[in-house]
Amino acid sequence: MAKFFVNGDLVDFRGAPDTPLLWALRDQLNLTGTKFGCGMAQCGACTVHLDTVPIRSCVTPVSAIEGKRVVTIEGIAHTSQAKAANAVRAAWVDKDVVQCGYCQSGQIMSAIALLQKNKSPSDADIDSAMSGNICRCGTYQRIREAIHSAAASLRKA
Amino acid sequence: MRNPARRKFLKASAALAGTLVIGFWLPEASRNARAQAPQAPKPIAPNAFLRIGPDGSVTVMVKHLEFGQGVTTSLPMLLCEELECDWTKVRYELAPAAPEYAHTAFGVQMTGGSSSVWNSYDQLRTAGAQGRTMLLAAAASQWKVPVSEVRAQNGFAIGPGGRKLSYGQLSAAAAKLPAPEAVTLKDPKDFTLIGKPTRRIDSAEKTDGRARFGLDVQRKDLHVAVIARPPVFGALLKAMNPDKVKAVPGVTHVVELVSGVAVVGTNFWSAKKGRDALEVDWDLGPGAKLDSPALFTAFSEAAKAPGPLARKAANPEAMKAAAKTLVAEYQVPYLAHAPMEPLNCTVEVQGDRAEIWVGSQFQGVDHPAAAKALGLPLENVRLNTMLAGGGFGRRANPVSDYVVEACELARKVKVPVKVIWTREDDIRGGFYRPMYVHRAEVGLDARNKVIAWNHAIVGPSILQGTPFESMLVKDGIDSTSVEGVADTPYAIPNLQVTLQSKSLDVPVLWWRSVGNSHTAFVMETMMDELAAAAGEDPVAYRRALLAGKPRVLNTLELVAAKAGWGSPVPAGRARGVAVHESFNSVCAQVAEVSLVKGEVKVHKIVAAFDCGRVVNPMTVEAQLQGAIAFGLSAALFGKITLKDGRVEQSNFHDYRVLRMNEMPLVEVHLVPGGDKPTGVGEPGVPPVAPAVANAVFALTGKRVRSLPFADSVRT
Repeated sequence: MAKFFVNGDLVDFRGAPDTPLLWALRDQLNLTGTKFGCGMAQCGACTVHLDTVPIRSCVTPVSAIEGKRVVTIEGIAHTSQAKAANAVRAAWVDKDVVQCGYCQSGQIMSAIALLQKNKSPSDADIDSAMSGNICRCGTYQRIREAIHSAAASLRKA
Repeated sequence: MRNPARRKFLKASAALAGTLVIGFWLPEASRNARAQAPQAPKPIAPNAFLRIGPDGSVTVMVKHLEFGQGVTTSLPMLLCEELECDWTKVRYELAPAAPEYAHTAFGVQMTGGSSSVWNSYDQLRTAGAQGRTMLLAAAASQWKVPVSEVRAQNGFAIGPGGRKLSYGQLSAAAAKLPAPEAVTLKDPKDFTLIGKPTRRIDSAEKTDGRARFGLDVQRKDLHVAVIARPPVFGALLKAMNPDKVKAVPGVTHVVELVSGVAVVGTNFWSAKKGRDALEVDWDLGPGAKLDSPALFTAFSEAAKAPGPLARKAANPEAMKAAAKTLVAEYQVPYLAHAPMEPLNCTVEVQGDRAEIWVGSQFQGVDHPAAAKALGLPLENVRLNTMLAGGGFGRRANPVSDYVVEACELARKVKVPVKVIWTREDDIRGGFYRPMYVHRAEVGLDARNKVIAWNHAIVGPSILQGTPFESMLVKDGIDSTSVEGVADTPYAIPNLQVTLQSKSLDVPVLWWRSVGNSHTAFVMETMMDELAAAAGEDPVAYRRALLAGKPRVLNTLELVAAKAGWGSPVPAGRARGVAVHESFNSVCAQVAEVSLVKGEVKVHKIVAAFDCGRVVNPMTVEAQLQGAIAFGLSAALFGKITLKDGRVEQSNFHDYRVLRMNEMPLVEVHLVPGGDKPTGVGEPGVPPVAPAVANAVFALTGKRVRSLPFADSVRT
């Protein structure tokens, strides 16, 4: 049992306290945009924001987030990070980044977090912020281009 | 390719009110259905490929699985090229399993072999032309003018005096008209969509969490299952104790299946904890004796002895005249597909009907297999195609393993159930790209010219024992084990190829680019080695042996020109080249590498690609980038190894795949001027490993003859 906020709404979670946030989101709240990829914080498909910091929800038990604010891919455009979220999404579409798309929720959540703290990320900054997010389709080159492009559009805005 | 004029079995119906629905089916396709095509083609309802709504929206049914390759955009492009509609109003829908969606060449609904675009090229353009013809006829009839005075433009029928009716306005009337028996397709020089860089139409839903993959299926009262499968391939369940499992809150069932023991709960976490608590005893059987090093040793020994011939040398005695011989042995390991979305399948049985949701590459195989497992007639089972988070061949299983297993479970528990594989289940679950040993013995004359080549391949057969055996295994030779060697484009005199297929308990399967994933590595590093032996430049050496293969040669020349082959390389780096023909396309690559702390670092790959007519250049470029990332993952890190029959890897920490910081810059150059499309998804994979290996040789003087580099390259 735990109480926390998801995309602004209070959630009173009644399941086992060791339930990873990922499965609370997917199985209880029907928020399936956050994906299961590895279950051990290796692939980043489950990335959500916890008080604006990107975390791996597959290894975060709900007991550890009591009272905290979780934002998922479904809610990110309705938060104070909306500007970055919209810029990232627009760049993703413009650069035709997605292939299968399964990892992209996690990629986008990591990219938004990067742009929140770094307005002009270098390639090395992108490597270090994004290397925890695996893409088996190999969209990395376009993700890199899209992050640069989103950063540029945010600087202009 | 069949002649589109023969495809006249078009049926139109207005099953959805006010909606033009067009479909046709291909009785002649069943001629090719040697694999598994149990359904007789029959008239279809309610739709096949095209639906035009009263609002002018155009929905194209996509008969292939979308798992990254972009068919949700490229297939609608084919149809809409002829339909002349407003591209911004085009949507896609994933087709369920149905005979009318059978592959036009393979006779069964499936996605694989880099064939989605080429097998749909005539079919979908024809469907679009038929739709356009009917819409124009409806407009002509309404205006009472000859149809010759009506033309189509951007979703409108335009008549004399510039009068206009939208496709949405015409849809209901068009649906009542007879379908044209034959249509004339555009001259390619008039294409406006095909060949135009076009953004994917599924990007928005894949960037805001809306896209629904198989894993995302929700149903009322849906249960989740994880399955305890044996730790050793071929092991059998001896005993199990579910007592501790039943104490886990949320667990509802513990069920014995053919494949293992299913633990079912109201949610994933309960089921997973239940499985963790399960006590199982397995009868391990002979599979527990399997060890990768011992298997390599045995394969290596076998490769020294003669085996069944896959290609016979023109003169088997030619080797005797060799001034010297060069012998090289290669080893490549088992590989897992590891798609980002772990395997899953959702099944709901209601009375004598059932519905399945699955991201399957093999709807036409999985559907009848599911019906059989459910004990229901095929027509009572609906199989819905979901988006899939990658697949790379794993979702195209001739034995439908993960679908049959879920159906068996649903039948037993009588509640809607979603079987989820954990990543560990996936990595340890078998159906790998087989491990192989190649042994090449090349005879050279006094001037280091090749005069004979004996090539032995030893490894498991992908197709033996499957329904595809009769189609692709001839005289004991599995064509997927030798493709890329036995049919090499190089003019190699007296090339003899043998294959020894080894049957083991480890299930194997095709893996993006199939046999080419290992044969290109062997052939292209050997060519490099032979060039060095002859003291020739690797490109010049290949050029001389490709005189009769203009397409391969042109692609090689293009990559050499674009990569600045022969120009200075930055200090500490070296280049390597490889070219390979597969899936009727040719890909050549030049890799630029260095060694960083003893590990191979790939900085850049320049690729040249001939895939015939390019339908969507944006997607083709993306597929090349992706194929290179996929091939590089395997070349640098990929291996599944067995110790006492147990798979030693389990998740992405020990089955490493390429990450952002390891992705080279990829530059793609397309060879222009193709007539018809050829394969795109796979041909970019095979040249990666040899191009990098050849660059490593240029850098270090050491030949890399086994994969992955993480094990074989040590400095």
